[in-house]
Order: sequence, then C-alpha cells, then structure tokens
Amino acid sequence: MNILKQRRMFMIAFSAITILSITRTFTDNSDLTSADTISQALGFAVPIGLAGLAGIWSERAGVVNIGLEGMMVLGTFGAGWAGWQWGAWAGVLAGVLFGALGGLLLAVAAITFGVDQIIAGTAVNLLAVGLTKFLAIVLFTNAPGGGQAQSPPIKGSIPNITVEAIANPLITLHDKGIFFISDVAGLVAGLFYQLSLLSVITFGLFAGTSYILWKTRFGLRLRSAGENPWAADSLGVNVVKYKYLAVTFSGLLAGLGGAYLSIASTIYRNGNTAGRGFIGLATMIFGNWRPGGTGAGAIMFGYIDTLRLIDTGNKNVRGLILLGALVLFVIGAYLMRTGKRSTGTAFAILGSVMIGAFLAAKNFPPEVAQVAPYITTLLVLATASQNLRPPAADGVPFRKGEGH
Amino acid sequence: MNLRRLGTSLIAPLLGVGISIAVTSVILIAIHAQPLAVFSSMIKYGASAHAMTLILNLATTYFLSALAVAIGFKMNLFNIGVNGQYTLGAMVGGAVAGSLHLPTILSVPITIAVAMIVGAGWAGIAAWLKVARGVSEVISTIMLNFIATAIISYTIVRTSVGHETSLNVRGTAMIPESGMLRGIPLLDPKTEIYGFFFISIAIGILYWFVLNRTRFGYDLRATGHSATAARTSGIDAKRMTVITMLISGALAGLVGLPYLLGDAGSYNLNFPTDWGFTGIAIALLGRNNPIGIAVGALLWAFLDVASGQLILEGVPREITTIMQGVIVIVVVMSYEIVRRNQVKSEQKNVARALEKQEVSA
Amino acid sequence: MNDSALAVELKGIWKRFPGVIANSDINLSIAPGTVHAIVGENGAGKSTLMKILYGMQKPDEGTIAINGEFKEFESPSDAIDAGIGMVHQHFMLADNFTVLENIILGSEPRKGAKLDFDTARNQINSIAAENGLAVDADALVADLGVGDRQRIEILKVLYRGARILILDEPTAVLVPHEVDELFNTLRDLKREGITIMFISHKLDEVLAIADEITVIRQGTTVGSVDTKKQNISALELAEMMVGSELPTPETRGNTIREEVVLDVTNLSVHAAGGKAIVDDISFSIRSGEILGIAGVEGNGQAEILDALMGLVENTGVVHFKGEDISNQSTRSRRELGIGFIPEDRHRQALMLEAPLWENRMLGHQTMAPNSKGFLLNISGAKEDTQRIVREYDVRTPSIDVLASALSGGNQQKLIVGREMSGSPRLLIAAHPTRGVDVGAQAAIWDHLRNAREAGLAVLLISADLDELIGLSDTIKVLLRGQFVADANPATVTPQELGTAMTGAGKVSA
Repeated sequence: MNILKQRRMFMIAFSAITILSITRTFTDNSDLTSADTISQALGFAVPIGLAGLAGIWSERAGVVNIGLEGMMVLGTFGAGWAGWQWGAWAGVLAGVLFGALGGLLLAVAAITFGVDQIIAGTAVNLLAVGLTKFLAIVLFTNAPGGGQAQSPPIKGSIPNITVEAIANPLITLHDKGIFFISDVAGLVAGLFYQLSLLSVITFGLFAGTSYILWKTRFGLRLRSAGENPWAADSLGVNVVKYKYLAVTFSGLLAGLGGAYLSIASTIYRNGNTAGRGFIGLATMIFGNWRPGGTGAGAIMFGYIDTLRLIDTGNKNVRGLILLGALVLFVIGAYLMRTGKRSTGTAFAILGSVMIGAFLAAKNFPPEVAQVAPYITTLLVLATASQNLRPPAADGVPFRKGEGH
Repeated sequence: MNLRRLGTSLIAPLLGVGISIAVTSVILIAIHAQPLAVFSSMIKYGASAHAMTLILNLATTYFLSALAVAIGFKMNLFNIGVNGQYTLGAMVGGAVAGSLHLPTILSVPITIAVAMIVGAGWAGIAAWLKVARGVSEVISTIMLNFIATAIISYTIVRTSVGHETSLNVRGTAMIPESGMLRGIPLLDPKTEIYGFFFISIAIGILYWFVLNRTRFGYDLRATGHSATAARTSGIDAKRMTVITMLISGALAGLVGLPYLLGDAGSYNLNFPTDWGFTGIAIALLGRNNPIGIAVGALLWAFLDVASGQLILEGVPREITTIMQGVIVIVVVMSYEIVRRNQVKSEQKNVARALEKQEVSA
Repeated sequence: MNDSALAVELKGIWKRFPGVIANSDINLSIAPGTVHAIVGENGAGKSTLMKILYGMQKPDEGTIAINGEFKEFESPSDAIDAGIGMVHQHFMLADNFTVLENIILGSEPRKGAKLDFDTARNQINSIAAENGLAVDADALVADLGVGDRQRIEILKVLYRGARILILDEPTAVLVPHEVDELFNTLRDLKREGITIMFISHKLDEVLAIADEITVIRQGTTVGSVDTKKQNISALELAEMMVGSELPTPETRGNTIREEVVLDVTNLSVHAAGGKAIVDDISFSIRSGEILGIAGVEGNGQAEILDALMGLVENTGVVHFKGEDISNQSTRSRRELGIGFIPEDRHRQALMLEAPLWENRMLGHQTMAPNSKGFLLNISGAKEDTQRIVREYDVRTPSIDVLASALSGGNQQKLIVGREMSGSPRLLIAAHPTRGVDVGAQAAIWDHLRNAREAGLAVLLISADLDELIGLSDTIKVLLRGQFVADANPATVTPQELGTAMTGAGKVSA
C-alpha cells in the first residue's frame, strides 16, 4: 500500500471516529461506541460480509450472483441439520457444502447452459427456499425440539474469544466517557471482546481473497474471465473452469454465511437469512467489487442492525440519525471540494433535513434504522455509479469459440 | 414452420414438468410414499369444483404478477420489485377502500386506480434511478422491496391507518361490503370465482394487443431484441425504460387486489408478501407470452391448491415447492437450448431451401 | 526440426459450415523470416483460415506443417506451443487490467505462490526494447489509445515466444502514422527472424510491406506472387481477388439538381475527454448527388453519421430540405425522409432473432405501410417485405425466417431495400457493400445509381476506394475530424486518394 492511500485510510478512520464521538457526546449514549455494541456489530457483519465476499468471487469471474440468498438459505439449513446431529463444526461443514452445491447449480445453469444469469440466480433462490422448507418438515417435525419450520438446537457451539488483558482495561477507559479517547477504546475493545472464531475465520477469508485474487496466477486468470473472457480464452486460459470454480466457491462462502446465522441463533429457522444475501450483494457493489470496501460496508450494516436491536429507551435510532447527518455533511463537503457541487449540495440538504428531524423529535420508530442500510445503498449507487468499476464482462454469457 | 416453432416451444415446459415429476417421485419413494397415489390424489382433488375455483382465484393473482414481470422481461428490464410494489399498492388501496363508503361502481375503480398508481410510483423510483443515475434496476428494486416492507410495518403497527382486525392481527380498516369486488359461484355453489378473474382475462388480452399490435409494443420488443439496433432505429431507450417500468409497476399494483377485494377485506400483517417472486417464476415458464403465462399460473396454482391434499397421503405439502423449483430451473435451461438449436436449424433450413431453389432454377 | 523448412505449410485445407464452404483446398507455403500477406475479399475465407491455423477451429481435411513438422491443433494453446501467435483484429485486451497483466495472462511467471511482477516487468521491457515497442507496463489499458493497444497485442505474442505472427487486418483501426510505425515494427521483427502472416484487403498496404502475397477467392487459394521477383499492381491483385469480371461501380452522367437536400454547417462531435472527433466541418449535398467521404477508419466518419442521425451529442447546424433539424430526435429525422444504412449490420440494423417482416419495420415503425396511427399494420408490412425481397433479390425461402438465418449479403440487401423504401430524400450509407458477395454488391450499386437518378441525395462512406470513386459525384477527404482535401472522382485514382487519406499528398480538385 502506498503512502497516499495509507494517509487517505487514516483520514477516513479519523473522521469516522470523530463523528462517532461527537454523536455519542451529543446524545449522551455510550452504547454507540461500547465494546458490546462493536462486538455484536462484527457478529452481524459476518454473514453479510460473507455474502458480499461470495459476490466478489462470482462477479470477478463474470457471473452475476443473484442466487446468493438461496445459497445462504442452503447454508442455514445444512448447519441446522448437521449441527443438530453432530455438533456445530459439522454444521459449518455441511452449511459450506450445501452452499457450494447451490453455487454449482447456478454454474451449470448460467455457464454451461448459458441461461441469463439473473434468471438463473432467481431460479436457484426459488429452488433453495422450496427444498429447505420441504426438508425441514421431513427431517425436523418429529425430532425432539424441532418443528415444521425449525431444526432442533445445534449441539455445542463455536467458541468466542475474549482477550481480557486487552479488553478489560479498554472497557474501563470507555466507561469514563472522555471525548474521542474513550470511543477509540470502546472500538478497539470490541475487537477483543466475545469475538466468534467464525468472525476470525471470516477476516482471514477477506484477507485471503485479496491476496489470491490480486496477487496470484489463479486470481489473475479468474479475474480475466470476468474482464475479457474471449481474450483469456485466446491465451489458453480455461475460462469455463475458472468460472465454475469461482461460482462454486461463491456458493461455499454464502453457505458459510448461512451456517453462521444458524449457529449464532442455535437453530435452523425458515427465513432466517431475511434477505442478507441481497444485502451482501449490495455491500459488494458498495465496496466496488473489492474485499476492503465490501468488508467496511458489511460492518456498517452490522453496526446499524446492532443499534436497532439493542435499543433500550429509544435512544439509538435518534443517535443514528445524527450520525447519518454528520456523515452526509462530511461527504458533502468533500464532494464540493472536489468539484461535484450539485451532488455535494444534495448531501448537505439531506443532512440538514436529518438534523432538523433530530432536533424536532425525541423518539424515532425502529423502522428508520431498519431501512437505513437500503437507503444508504441506493444513495451510494445513485451518487457513485460513475466511479464504480464492475468487471467489464460481468453478467455477459461466455461461450467458447464464439466472439462477442 | 410456425407449427414447428410452436412444437419446439412446448419442448421446454414438457421437459420441465416431466423431470420435475421424476425428481419428486424419487423424493416420495425416499420418504416411503407412493408417487402414483400421491399424484392421483392431487389430480382427483384438483378436479373438484371447489378446488378448481380456488385454483382459478389463485391463478388470477399469479397471472397478474407474472404479466407485471413479463412486460419488463420483454425489454430486458428486470423488475425484481413486484413484491414491494404490490404490497404497498394493496396496503394503500386497502386503506383507501376501507375509508370510502361509496357504491361499488365508484369504490372499486378508485381502489384499483390507487393501487396501480402506488405500484407505478414505487417502480418509478427504480426507473428514475436507472435512467438518470445509471443504477441497475435489479439492485434498486431489491432494496425498494425491503424499504416497502419497513414502510408497511411502520404504517400498520404505528399509525392510525392500522387497526386491530377481527383476526387478531393489525391491518387496515375492514373494507365495507360495498367496496369489495366479490365474485360469482360459477363452478361450486359455495365458493366464488373472483371478479378479478374476469378483469385479469381482459388485462391479458390487452397485454397481448399492446405488445403485438401497437407501435409501442413493437418499440418495446425491438429494445429487447437489440438495444443498439433499437436506438439506431430511433427508439428513445430512456423513455421506453421509464414507461415500461411504470406499466410494470401499475400491473404489480393490481396483484394484491383479487385477494384483498375478493376475500381478505383488509391488508393485514398476514397478507402474503412473495407473490412477486412467484410472478417471476411464472413469467419465465410462460416465456412472457400471455397464454403461456396463463398456463403457467394455472399449473402453479394447481400445485399450491392440490398440495393441501397431501397431508392425507402423509406427505408434507412443501413437496410441491420443490416441484415448482425444479420445473423453473429445468425450463429456463431447456428454453436456452431450444432457442440456440432453433437459430441453428433455421440457418440450415434456409441454406437447404435456397440450394433446392437454385438447383431447380 | 529442419532449419531450411518452411515456417508454415498448409496443404489441401477444407472447412465446411452448415450451408457454406468456408475453405476449399487451401494451399499455402510461407518461408521463415518473411512477411507473407494473405489477401481476399470479405467473406473469401481468410478469417476461417486464420482460425484453423491458430487452433480455434479444426479443418475437415488437410494438413498443417509448422517448421516442417505436422501438427494438429486442438486449441489455441497448442498453436501457442508451436510458436504461433495471433494479433486479433478486434483487440483482445482486458481494459481494467494493466498492460503487464494483459501480457502475462496465461503464461505468468511465479515466485512461490505469488505472481512475480518484477520478473515479468523486466522481461516485457527487454522484449519491448529489442523490437522497438515502447509501452508502460504498469499503465491501465483503459487509458491507452489504439496504437498502444496494438503494440500490447504484439508484445503478448512475442512474450509467449512466438516465432510466427498472424496479424488479422492490423491496419483497419490505425491512423496513418500508426500504420507507418507498425510497418517499421514488422520490419524489425523480420530482421529478428520472425515470420509474419499479414491478413488484409488493403492492397496498397500489402504491396508496401509483403515479401510474398497469396490471394484467396471464394474459400480457395488462387495464386501467390513474390513481390521481389514480380512487379504486380494493386489493380492486378484486385482482379485476382474477385476473378476476371471485376464489377465497376461507375455512375454515368450528371444527375445533380439545384435543390440542396442536406446542408451542414460547423458540425463538431466531442469525445468524452473533450477531444474533437469531428472538428467543425461544413458541407452540403444536392438532390441527385452522391457525396463520398474518404478516410482511414477512426478519423470521424462514424461520428459524422451518428451526428446526422441524432445519435450522438453534437454542435453545429443541420438543415434538411431547408428545415433546421439540429434538435430533432432520430425518429423524427427518419420520418422526415432520411434513410440510414449503419456500419455494423448486426448490432445496429437488425433484430437477428426476429422474422424478416419485423425487421422490415425497424426504423420505419412509425410510417406507412408499417403502421396506422399507434397501431401496427402487420399485413402492410408483410406485403412490403415481399416487395423488398422481390425487388432487391433477397434470397430467402420466406419472410417468416429469422434474420440470423440469412447470409450477410442477403441481410444487407434487405436493409438497403428497407432504407430506400418510402422514397427518402437523403440516404446516409456506411460501407453499404461490406462483407457482401460480388453479385449482391453489383445489385446494391444499381439500386443506389437508380435512386440517385431519381433525385436521391446520398452521403456515402466506404473503405472500398473503388466503390467510393465509382459511385460518388464529389469526394471529400477526412483526416482527424476535418476535411483536408477534395477529390474529383472522374480523375482521381485509388492510389492518389489513399495517399490523400494519410494526409501525405495533395489531390487535384
């Protein structure tokens, strides 16, 4: 990473923490930066991030993957079924395998048969939901503790890690409520507090993906299938093989995300994914088809989810609104400085409206936080579409020997 | 040649149904059930007047949903957002109908208009994002679905639009009988065929007519065939995107109404919310053709309705969702193969026909 | 391996496709270290031959020997292993990749599990230096121009150790000085002992660079010429390419009338970066006049046409039949009586998977006989499609077949017939006979001549200089978006015109 990029990352992190800190002080809500919140946010971010990472693998090889949701559903089921019988780790393994099978199905339809990728993905979603509902009834109805729409509890669990030596003093520091310093303490403490081993694995998968896709021969060839498969083909790259591997691995990652959901809630439940596959897809676009941005997007969505769910006394949503307004102002100012006046002004106006709402009302319904991720996604897409660089041949069917 | 085309276009659906029956049979045998007994009991029940009425009613909903999807598909526009469009349309329509106390002749058209406008408006956001900001409608409509869900739950749970209804679930105010569009007990004296069944037939005919007999329909299909050629021919792609998305959304706005006005009488939190995805599946089965969609909708509705019978055979009714999934996936694959072979075989036939002409000349 | 062996020897190559024989009894011998040109009309079978030699297609019959050894290629990888490299006409580059990534793709150096970018960079730089192919290995391809991209393509094959290079129509997309640079590179490569196969239909270029020329006609090799031993003119080569009866597109008599049909003043088209692709040009066309625009592809021709049809943003004023149409939409321009034969038949002029009669309506869907009001008139359209099939000799068993089932020539005749119907006052035609067989070509020329006599104004763009000179009443030479010369079609030769297009020579008005 070069110096400029490092400086930019530092500036972004610095601004984000400052904004968080201002919001925390203004709303007098220490939950916003507490270790507990951050730890939970990371947990919520894992399945979304894995879905986003799954999207990166598939789309970098040129296959749009709307079927992520279905593959995740398969993962939740696999984990519930195997986890119930043989324990949590068996659940992870089964979830991953089921997801990979879903990926393979998409690969067959979209790559071998050349079906429109969005249609093929939709078909995978339909099939996955139908199959798991059916299997849930057949396998779980008469099982002790199970039901028509849910599995018996998963045996055992995946261990959580808490590094007390680091977390405890930081948590104490956070509780002191010092501007900026306590917030940094809370954020860092969250990383060492009740961290699921699966979160660590997920982090490894993000780092590994960056390395494999951008630094190795395998990655170069895989990405070439998404940028210009005809060129790759003319150089002897087996495009179909790479696409198959990418889409299957994509299913595997989505399956892992699903497995995480089941294990976190200790059972498989129909509809437990709640559209996280689609949100993962949004974070992937958000992150410009790269792991770093996708991970950041997932953490942001996880954070918003957490604040909504742990909201006691209706404070968090109001805090979120102030937070969102400040972020809009900062981005708006940045846009104006870089010459994008109209978009910058729009951001500032939107920010002012939110400040107005923040000042006018004391209570906000949780639905505001519920829609925040989706509206953020739309906002990002509407303002940054020109700057996004999707793989050039994303979504384009490839047939060996045919030109484009 | 047209007969041959019809023949080849039937291959895919038949293959889909065939393979799906085979897969289902394997599963049934695996769970120690008799496939033949299961299928015959489904067919026997499905043939009863009561079940047939239910099938027609459910198919009406599916048909409308699939048309909404299909008109977009025709020009490679993917409206994944029918779910959001119809639930919002039905909720607002239901709330309006519940507050109106007008004669049926006024109340029902107003409800229909409101639902269509809401659906079109919601789809219009995606259209604007695509045309003005270059945002893919696939992603934006998915996001808009989630947002619609939140708006609906907020409105019903937290505002005065929501009431406790008789079913012990919150929903919009009960629509007075004058605001309902009930049906007629045509097949079964005890169950009515929705009034919307007849409206949707009219809409299907209109859909066919607009697509195949009007200039607008031609422009739409031309854009679907080749966006570049359409542009060169003078078709304004952005305008087409906006209009088509609005029509799709307006059609989607209708999807919840047959059930709302024919049966439920209130949009409550138990109202089904995924008929939009069913519509996508059926549009794929029916190849965006209204007759094909009608057949697909009937098949789907038959499987849904007859599945209620399976409990008697000791089989979970969800087996039909597997059948539906398999049908869709096999059909989309086989359509693609059939299409490719059709193009190739037509090239061969033309070459052969021309050789003959030259020999005889 | 035999040092004195031929670099490439093809014997009796046959390749058939449904309804078409692409190659029949191709024989070809290429000495090592030479530039060997393969010339032939569009559709003569050059590309099929190249695909066979590069392992993209398998011949039905015949043998391939490389450096004296018989080979059977299953895929391009086999051809690459045999030392053959291909520079495609349409560049095969990933825009979002760097130059380096594009070059090493498929044969990447590694250090452990990691790509070895340093070794790759050094290798590329040394190959580039040896052959005079300067590129920045770390630049993003999306930021590079056409000349750079072609150099990357050549580096790609050299990097793979290719000793035999196939260049498919390499000059089609280059501006003149880039052609000169390319030819210098080719001479350098030849000096390094590399064998080059040069596919082209631009005869003056072929004569300038080739040591030996093989002519392909209707799928078969009809002869070879050693340019060092034999003096051959472009005309003689052209006659070998098309057979004896070389049709001439000559127009007779002056049919130009008073009325100005099209009047263009100060037309400019700018690229996304702000660079002017069409730079402030003005011209007019009268009734009964064919105005030809000569120019190497990529000098702004396509953009002029798009601007006149209202398909790209442009500045300037366009009057049609005295009316200012500068702000009219494409559709209303068509409705006013402008016919358009676009450059890319498949992408711009046809719905390949729709029947002929539906294609008949395309671009004319708002006009009789295709529609009445907002309704389509299907029987009217079908009847008129029958007329076009008859009058323009479109060879098809029925008007219900899909457009993709017709040969390129017949597709083009349908398009010409369509654009000439409804008696347009102006026809804008780009390469109206490109990729069309000789018979169809003559027929299309006849139709253009007749319409001209009837008072049609035509704006003609063609890479075929004989066609341009033969049909046009007036010729303007376009270079970098500006008219640099006028030529008199009655006196100018293709050679003179070709020189003028490069900006090198002056032609007499």
